[in-house]
Amino acid sequence: MQNVPVVEAHHLCIDYFLGNRWVNAIRDVSLIIQPLEIHGLVGESGSGKSTLALALMRYLAKNARISSGEIRLDGSDLLGRSEREMSDIWGRQLSLVPQDPLAALNPSYRVGDQIAEISQRHDGLPRRAAWKRAVEMLERVRIADPEAVARKYPHQLSGGMQQRVTIAMALSTRPRLLVLDEPTTALDVTTEASILDLFRDLIHENQAAALYVSHNLGVIAQMCDRVTVLYAGEVMASGPITELYGSPVHPYTISLLASIPQPVGGTETRLPTIDGLAPSLADRPSGCTFAPRCPVAQDLCHAEKPPLEVIHDGQWVKCHRWREIATGSLTPLTTPIEVQANSAAPEDDQYVLNGNGLDKRFGQLSWWSHLRRQSGSVQALDDVTVRVRRHSTLGLVGESGSGKTTLARCIVGLETADDGDLTLLDLPISRVLAERPQDARRALQMVFQNPNDTLNPYHTIGQALSRTLRRLSAVTLSEEQIQSRVRELLDMVRLPTDYINRYPGELSGGEKQRAAIARAFATQPELVIADEPTSALDVSVQAVILNLLKDLRAAGNASYIFISHDLRAVGYLADWLMVMYLGQVVEEGTLDQVYSSPSHPYTEVLISAIPIPDPQIKQGRICLDGDIPSAANVPAGCRFHTRCPRKIGMICEQQEPPWQDASDGHRIRCHIPPDELAQLQSAASAQPLERR
Amino acid sequence: MARYLLRRSALLIVTLFITSLIIFALTQLVPGDVARLILGRDASPEALQALREEFGLNKPAPEQYTNWLMGFVSGDWGRSFTGGNQQVRPLVIERVGNSLRLAAMTLAISVPLSVALGVIAALKENTWLDSLISVFSLSVVGLPEFVTGLVLINGVALGVRSLGLPATAAVPDNTLASWVNQLILPSLTATFVLLGYISRLTRAGVLDELKKPYVRTAALKGLKPRTVIVKHVLRNALLPTITVIALSFGWLVGGLVVIESVYNYPGLGALIVDAAKKKNLFVLQASVMVTVFFLAFANLIADILYAVFNPRIRLE
Ligand code: SF4
Ligand code: SF4
Repeated sequence: MQNVPVVEAHHLCIDYFLGNRWVNAIRDVSLIIQPLEIHGLVGESGSGKSTLALALMRYLAKNARISSGEIRLDGSDLLGRSEREMSDIWGRQLSLVPQDPLAALNPSYRVGDQIAEISQRHDGLPRRAAWKRAVEMLERVRIADPEAVARKYPHQLSGGMQQRVTIAMALSTRPRLLVLDEPTTALDVTTEASILDLFRDLIHENQAAALYVSHNLGVIAQMCDRVTVLYAGEVMASGPITELYGSPVHPYTISLLASIPQPVGGTETRLPTIDGLAPSLADRPSGCTFAPRCPVAQDLCHAEKPPLEVIHDGQWVKCHRWREIATGSLTPLTTPIEVQANSAAPEDDQYVLNGNGLDKRFGQLSWWSHLRRQSGSVQALDDVTVRVRRHSTLGLVGESGSGKTTLARCIVGLETADDGDLTLLDLPISRVLAERPQDARRALQMVFQNPNDTLNPYHTIGQALSRTLRRLSAVTLSEEQIQSRVRELLDMVRLPTDYINRYPGELSGGEKQRAAIARAFATQPELVIADEPTSALDVSVQAVILNLLKDLRAAGNASYIFISHDLRAVGYLADWLMVMYLGQVVEEGTLDQVYSSPSHPYTEVLISAIPIPDPQIKQGRICLDGDIPSAANVPAGCRFHTRCPRKIGMICEQQEPPWQDASDGHRIRCHIPPDELAQLQSAASAQPLERR
Repeated sequence: MARYLLRRSALLIVTLFITSLIIFALTQLVPGDVARLILGRDASPEALQALREEFGLNKPAPEQYTNWLMGFVSGDWGRSFTGGNQQVRPLVIERVGNSLRLAAMTLAISVPLSVALGVIAALKENTWLDSLISVFSLSVVGLPEFVTGLVLINGVALGVRSLGLPATAAVPDNTLASWVNQLILPSLTATFVLLGYISRLTRAGVLDELKKPYVRTAALKGLKPRTVIVKHVLRNALLPTITVIALSFGWLVGGLVVIESVYNYPGLGALIVDAAKKKNLFVLQASVMVTVFFLAFANLIADILYAVFNPRIRLE
């Protein structure tokens, strides 16, 4: 039954020329992709997954080379081909769907022309016919008005549309292998969900095989048949998706899967984490590459590289101890500490922050834009009420453009709300940062997605922290007190004390984020607002940061507002959730209330869109039509009516829905009564929107 | 776009107005009596007075200025103080024509040459060819125009004479041979000034674009390397170059003072210098105005071209 694989790589080694010597990046990697198979390639940043994926297409960066090994396409050698032969293969048999579609499209040509170029090149179609074909392709990737879109330039399209264009491009010939390089990483969850569906359908329709590169274990679980796990340029494990996720035997795979946050809320549970950092290419350990971070490493592991062993047909693992793990006699996890909730600080009913009727418009209408009839003004927040209870975490979710970041910035004073009241611990504070007393500024701190936003690259970590202390402390501190407090802070975020003298540039992404957290906590704030603090980080690093945030909350006084598009991460930390859409809150309630039905139709979509990292569960995704409308042009009636899958009729388009109480504190802004919503939702989901 | 053009044109007029004020003010400030300068030391007071009256120099400065301005707007640009008091307008227009010829010739040589050098240097980044082009273009930029001009002229004297190239440039008639013959040396000199600039800019532009992911997309479509470069990379890489070429057009028309005097070519730049030396007020006013107009116009053209070739701006 064995067909010829579409692509096979054997013992592939790839080097980079760095500084003044060749450094090995991909080490002895073998990979086989069968016809019709969607093969996942998982790895964290720096694992070399993109390099490997492109190398399988025989596309290398200028400073890279394949130093040994072979690649075959449909059984015939690929490495010996000339450039000319490769240009016949590229675009015809091997196609790429890139990570960042905007950058991957030429800004100066209409997208239709860019798609047409392929059939002109490979099928010899004349211009006009190729254009027609391009329009057909756009229709196939489910673009509503393909004629019009074909005439647009890339920057005129939304991210989801751009990605559809690159898919249309990749599929306009019938490629044998489609390489998808993190194709949905830059997109919102709801857009991601519809693009993933599209992929699956089209790959099957086209009878193509695919290599799906991602760091997102959920996406891989939902998309792929087989998966290969890459760590520091080496294959750690490879096998059918169900087995690899269901009964993983490699310590790295096990830790990765365990570090995915679950919506558990509260303060007690901690995620298992992987200690340390991935090794740099230049000095990889001589034994098992994972040994320095492996919780069950032995002497043998440090001394000798484990071979890639066959577990059974089609499943491989590279670990000395896989047999022990497979039989269950060894559990390679850093067991998470169960932390006692700080009993001294019980959840109480006092509110740290109260925000009432917050409004924010960007780009006020000037007489000039009136004259030009431009709707320059964007309603970013519309009558938002927000309350954060002491010692609890408010989770704020929504797509980009929902206003969640604007809300955060208005609270800390980085933006000034146009209207509304704010009280901090029952004391009214001004909307304007400059008018707030020192103490209010100290009490409200923010952690950003990109730690570089708060860390001055020319100040050492120690300087940054002591500066904050000096500026915002309630009492004047002596130099000694400051220094000891800085050490305390580093210790608190588990950074070694000698990091005092390091510059941000010398830290890894996760370490920088920890330093930024230390800075936010320096002044013992009452409320810390974390805006997507982990979205730029790898899963294993994200777990460390999430745990840290939980620890700090359990240990101290602070409450949080945690903002993320990742409902899992939010659910892991938060006990109260607010869902925002186009500048409005559409649902709020406890974690349990929001996660289970009834929930607002938008929340329902959001939850169903998260790819579940369990291949056994086949998700029934609810896909939304179209993108989030522009905030400059908010739909009348219910803002969600243009995309709502549960829309009931004209009333949704004409009347703004009222808040309806679902149960104790749980509110939903929808015309459908909560009990009816609950019925609809339980009927619809054969498999419940599970909470694992 | 129409609105934009309107606004820019209005801006241009304001610029011209301010320029005229400044020039007038400067001529007032510079010491020395114009009438005496024209008629010489021995002129009788009556003759001086007559001349002042003839050109309105005896009136108060604001009135002189408004008179001139009204005249300029209605097309009467005044008369020259020297050389038989000829009308200024035909004189300036003739010089503009000469300068435009020289500018056209220079662009015809310098643009293809420097763009090609820049592209080659970028494609052969860090090879001997790249270094050679860099050294060449940087060293010719470093040389002042009169040095390159003199070197070229002496080259002619030293044996290229057999080619029949004159060491001074006259206005060419309408044959290609005469254009080449008369203008090749001054345009080469101007080319040397532009060459380093344009080619370095092109090189940087191409290198920038080559790093962008869309180039990889184009290659992975299976397009021939030449298509990838010409159709995809250059289309974007040359945007800044186009702007600079348009800008340098303004300089070529009004700013070639040194080159024109080295080659004794009757262009606009030479006219300005001459008029300034002799305090030939109306000629100076008119020729500077025209020069400023060309500079500002080139600026406008540069912006328009940039928008036309860049959909991200055009479709704002
Ligand atoms: S070989 Fe040893 S160090 Fe490597 S993963 Fe297995 S147990 Fe851990
Ligand atoms: S009000 Fe109507 S459109 Fe809005 S969420 Fe409810 S059902 Fe959907």
